[in-house]
Amino acid sequence: MKAAPFEYIRAESLEHVLERLSQHGMDAKAIAGGQSLVPMMAMRLARPTVLLDIYRLPELRQVNIEPDRVRMGATTRQRAIEYEIDLHKALPLVRDAVRWVGHIQTRNRGTVGGSLVHADPSAELPLAATVLNATLRLRSQADGERQIPAQEFFLGPMFTATAETECLVEIEWPVWQGAVATAFEETAMRHGDFAMASAACQLQLDEDGICRRAAFGVGGVDGTPRAFPELARQLVGQRIDESVAREIAQIALQQTEPGSDLHADADYRRHLGVVMLTRVLLKAAQSHHSAPALQH
Amino acid sequence: MSFSPVNVEIKVNGVIQPRTVEPRTTLVDFLRDHLGLTGTHVGCEHGICGACSVLLDGEPVRSCCMFAVQADGMSVTTVEGLAPQRGCLSKMQDAFCETHALQCGYCTPGMLIACHALVERTPQPTEAQIRDAIGGNLCRCTGYQQIVDAVKLATSPGYEVKSAQAKGSGVAHG
Repeated sequence: MKAAPFEYIRAESLEHVLERLSQHGMDAKAIAGGQSLVPMMAMRLARPTVLLDIYRLPELRQVNIEPDRVRMGATTRQRAIEYEIDLHKALPLVRDAVRWVGHIQTRNRGTVGGSLVHADPSAELPLAATVLNATLRLRSQADGERQIPAQEFFLGPMFTATAETECLVEIEWPVWQGAVATAFEETAMRHGDFAMASAACQLQLDEDGICRRAAFGVGGVDGTPRAFPELARQLVGQRIDESVAREIAQIALQQTEPGSDLHADADYRRHLGVVMLTRVLLKAAQSHHSAPALQH
Repeated sequence: MSFSPVNVEIKVNGVIQPRTVEPRTTLVDFLRDHLGLTGTHVGCEHGICGACSVLLDGEPVRSCCMFAVQADGMSVTTVEGLAPQRGCLSKMQDAFCETHALQCGYCTPGMLIACHALVERTPQPTEAQIRDAIGGNLCRCTGYQQIVDAVKLATSPGYEVKSAQAKGSGVAHG
């Protein structure tokens, strides 16, 4: 399993990347950590003739933590997130999600933006971005910058709204004001394997444990990560107990169309989705009682 | 379109290695075929098995999941570079021998790299941390328990390299 031949260009600047993407279009592919792209090239599922290495561009890996948002360069290393305590406080759901991403060896190379543009339906960071509805900034030489909400970015398995001449440059994560409770769970054959089903949620609870704001979603079930903003609004004003969590999870999963594979058929995948989603809703709702200690 | 070879300089086990490579050469093929360092094993070649793990600037990565050109200017440590000197074993390697943490040995270079990286960052790891650290490496012989035992042994207080060969006397195992 060897990649097909290609021309290698180490990008000198973002302008250089956009110029080459504009010049080569579909034949070129930007590579950052390459933890999905290199295996795909090895299996010849991807055969770019020009590989544009953007991994070392300093302008693509800045992280700025602001009061109401975190602006994260596209090539921010996944592993770096594990050690950024300030980032954990601002984005606890991203902290929770990244622990499930691949293995230490892949997280050392893998990037946040790389996972988003690869758009594996079972990947954790796309699910976190969808649940929080992060804003993705894409840039091209011809059209400059445009923004797209994560909930409109993922179009299908390995298929996003990124145009062939565009490069994802930044992810803007919203930071909710006040304390939040988060949870992320998944089921896979082994820890680090592709999830058969995963679920993520972020809640804001008042002092009585009543839900004031909610966002949740499931991954690995549909062709894209799924968030359920309308159902999440129904949780506001409720105390989330076992029956509330299970009922909302069942309604959510009825709105999905799972596929079948070797590991899980459609019914089982939907069942797992209900279990995972119920679990994260309860875990986040109950963390209210044990708050405010960080979960480590 | 020409697919021009690229000049790279990669520091491997402390020695700068200038070479000209085809861009599609993976880092593991560079180590094995260009430098003759066959200690790093090629398993699945698509990021599943972890046999090809090496340290890149001190952190474990899969050398089948990157091209050598991406490592230009960086520092790589392979299993050959773990021992303090030629003919010696590191504490971890010695502990692997002591606890029978290998049978066929195919996964061993990757396991050793993962375990070295762990103790570099966490000198006294818990069992959960050990299992997490080797979570990206497949072993089909040991059931992992002896590997976990090896890391516990290597990190136990006062552990010293035991075998004669490990001390560098040059006596080969029978």
